[in-house]
Amino acid sequence: MAEALNSWVRVREMMPPGHVRTPSYLRGKRGQLERTLGPFHNPEKLAYGLEAEKLSLYRVRFSMAEVWGDAAENPDDTLDAEIYAHWLEPCDAP
Amino acid sequence: MPHDHHDHSHDELSPSGHPYRQDNDEPLTYWQTMEIAMRELLIEKEITTAAEITARIEEMDRRSPADGAAVIARAWVDPEYKAHLLADGSAACKAMGFEPGVLRLIAVENTADVHNVVVCTLCSCYPRNLLGLPPDWYKTRAYRSRVVKEPRKVLAEFGLDLPDGMTVRVHDSTADMRYVVLPARPKGTDGMSEAELAQLITRDSMIGTSVPKTPT
Repeated sequence: MAEALNSWVRVREMMPPGHVRTPSYLRGKRGQLERTLGPFHNPEKLAYGLEAEKLSLYRVRFSMAEVWGDAAENPDDTLDAEIYAHWLEPCDAP
Repeated sequence: MPHDHHDHSHDELSPSGHPYRQDNDEPLTYWQTMEIAMRELLIEKEITTAAEITARIEEMDRRSPADGAAVIARAWVDPEYKAHLLADGSAACKAMGFEPGVLRLIAVENTADVHNVVVCTLCSCYPRNLLGLPPDWYKTRAYRSRVVKEPRKVLAEFGLDLPDGMTVRVHDSTADMRYVVLPARPKGTDGMSEAELAQLITRDSMIGTSVPKTPT
């Protein structure tokens, strides 16, 4: 995972069951790294009392156009969310 | 005596015109029973006490938006403190005497071009250790689902109409961080003291569904 500020990343389009902190409305969407946080224990394991590895957490900034397409209220407004490292893959700028 | 009989319908209104609140004498729900069983077991096994539980509830109830307002007012008058708040929200709260506990706080700044608003679409994450308990609407599906999709419309319903040239940034508290909005200091407040400024800062202005009051 590239960690440079403003790097483009895509949220992996996975649908695993269980306690997941990646909202489904952002899966498959591309955004830019706003800042790096953590590391924090993986909440998907922590929730079940399992041994939880530490992961980087990223604040990713998405444009409303990317998230909602033509239905965006204002395409240049933004949506920031915290996404764990294993949910992100580097991608090209859209 | 009107209060001696209880055969009035639940649709009946009180003398002040409000509906009567139903007595909570229906059976416990599954989760209420679970909570009571868990609490009693923890007390019985001497892991905690009833007094400790009450003390924790009181500790949470003591926190209120006034704590957040004091932090914001300080940031308005002290540029060094503002830089600290934006760099490390939790440490800046602690510096003001507000114990952040497990709270990991990010302050997001409103400017002439940017308006920030906070939500938790997954549940109801909220900077409780700084602002106290969230308002009920913050936890509703309506607010959580709508503010990420049509923030301008939602803000307009709160009475806040934003110009087209201003960028709206919605912050979804999806994981470990909590957010507080650092609103812009209103015009016409130059001579005001920190305590007077704090009076202008509302809970909703720190969530981002409103802006601070203007001095009267």
